[in-house]
Amino acid sequence: MSIEAQRISKTFGAFQALNDVSLTVKAGELVALLGPSGSGKTTFLRIIAGLEQPDPGSGPIKFHDEDVAKRDVGSRQVGFVFQHYALFRHLSVFENVAFGLRVRPRARRPSKDTIHAKVMELLKLVQLDVQANRYPHQLSGGQRQRVALARALAIEPKVLLLDEPFGALDARVRQELRQWLRRLHDEIHLTSVFVTHDQDEAMELADRVLVMNEGRIEQLGTPDEVFHNPKTEFVMNFLGQVNQFHGRVEGGKIHFATLSVDAPHSAVSPSQQVRVFVRPHDLEIETHRNGHPAFPAVITRVHSAGPNVRIELRANTGELLQAEMPQDRYRALGISIDSQVFVSPRSVKVFGQEQGVFGHGEGI
Amino acid sequence: MPVVAHSHPDIRITDPLWLRGLLIGVALFFLSLFLLVPLLLVFSAALEKGVQAYFAALVSSDALHAIYLTGIAAAVSVPMGTLFGLAAAWSIAKFQFVGKNLLITLIDLPFSVSPVIAGLLFVVLFSPTHGYFGPWLADHGIRIIFAIPGIIIVTMFVTFPFVARELIPLMESQGTEEEQAARVLGASGWQIFWRITLPNAKWGLLYGVILCNARAMGEFGAVSVVTARISGVTNTMPLEVATLYNDSGCYSAAFAVASLLAMLGLVTLVAKTFIEWRVARQLDLAQKAGL
Repeated sequence: MSIEAQRISKTFGAFQALNDVSLTVKAGELVALLGPSGSGKTTFLRIIAGLEQPDPGSGPIKFHDEDVAKRDVGSRQVGFVFQHYALFRHLSVFENVAFGLRVRPRARRPSKDTIHAKVMELLKLVQLDVQANRYPHQLSGGQRQRVALARALAIEPKVLLLDEPFGALDARVRQELRQWLRRLHDEIHLTSVFVTHDQDEAMELADRVLVMNEGRIEQLGTPDEVFHNPKTEFVMNFLGQVNQFHGRVEGGKIHFATLSVDAPHSAVSPSQQVRVFVRPHDLEIETHRNGHPAFPAVITRVHSAGPNVRIELRANTGELLQAEMPQDRYRALGISIDSQVFVSPRSVKVFGQEQGVFGHGEGI
Repeated sequence: MPVVAHSHPDIRITDPLWLRGLLIGVALFFLSLFLLVPLLLVFSAALEKGVQAYFAALVSSDALHAIYLTGIAAAVSVPMGTLFGLAAAWSIAKFQFVGKNLLITLIDLPFSVSPVIAGLLFVVLFSPTHGYFGPWLADHGIRIIFAIPGIIIVTMFVTFPFVARELIPLMESQGTEEEQAARVLGASGWQIFWRITLPNAKWGLLYGVILCNARAMGEFGAVSVVTARISGVTNTMPLEVATLYNDSGCYSAAFAVASLLAMLGLVTLVAKTFIEWRVARQLDLAQKAGL
């Protein structure tokens, strides 16, 4: 079942939490709302669920072409997983999952046996059938999260909405549960939207990512698109590490950090101040000049624990930079702290001074 | 389940044994001097003239009437205080509305004024000779002051904050996420209240009810102002104790009735301790669960 939310705005007092945000989620798709805290992502999710009302003048909210904006949250049939699970503390795992079925009006309420069968089936799905008689406080964080999910699925929701589903878990459990949720989604194909501030989570889990900032959409695209072709400076900054230079465009060239590289076509108007971004893995490090445009720098720190080696450098123009390279490449170079090296960017992203006015481009 | 290692550092107090013994001894000495001894004296004074006289004093018509009046006052004011407390705490803890702070302040009013003032307040309103509504009520044959309605009204006034005061912090600490979850799952307002909010608050509620009841049965000042303190007519148990002791000089009878109130106090204390333990356990579990 598809979700469509058009031109949604929301203000709390003087604070504009959402500013004209639209999103269409295709049936069976898994979409991430990604952004820093205060970006409006949770508010947007809660408006889709019906837990908050959008400002008057906002567009429709449709589930499978049916406008549900006027419908009460209880009748929208959404599965909602809260950030802190919000399990009913005085009810057992079984009763938590059964709740949504038990509170139905008599006419639509399944029989006791049906409820029992249904709940046990769901608990098997989330691998908690053995814990059916336990209480929430007797479960680990990951188990609670799965109870919350089973409870949300029990009402046979049209869409599944998850608010920071892994936010309160420790790193390893988070990783496991992430993969498990993706497999579950591929199995049951329920249209899902989840909120996260963790870019890795969004990239790994989602079919598409909606990057939000200060109540506005920055970019909507597949994980690949938003990572490799960020539309705005914010997206570039938010998704992973970046090195930032101040530069100038003149005569079809971009000048920064003593380098001049060809300006990407159509990118920026001439004679403009620009900001140049380079990802750490796009900074090539050589021990000698080899003809590529490069600037000298000194290595100040090396972090070699991990699949890649992260290197901190200071350019001779004063900028502090981060580079990243595979372990074998690092060993082949034979560099260490205080080594003099030459740095050349493999690929740069250029954004104009006034974001969105001068466009953006890619060079080298 | 993952095993969580609790590595509490050893923080046992290492003061010398004699100092600990001395401090505990002093505390126990004062407790017995001011609490235990008087309590025992109540019972010994009550039984001074023998067990038969004790029970005779309790079943005298005046004493029975006092017990009956106290029972009535508690039977009306405790349910009313409970209903009010639930409604007030529910609205304050779970909703945002204009005038919320004013309501919270008003709830504390009976705690902040002396019960005697509370009694006088109702005399001013309902006195048949010079109250605002008294003459009109008297014309219609309704007596409030110097009658049972007056006792009930002032008892309600002094006891109505108890349940609310217990429930508000508990409900506020529990937040509204569970209620929201229930709403999303399709529960109606009533279902949310009966199935989620009330069960979560039940121990706090019981605690408030017990305190409310203890006060309703033990209230002296406010009730004494709105009654004429007539044995067998408007005397509740605390008033009857005072009347017997001061006016009639029946010391052992006074202590017999007082011993009932003391027993009520002991029962309240035990119940209160048990519930406190339950509530602490519940909060502890909730904290562990991160709920």
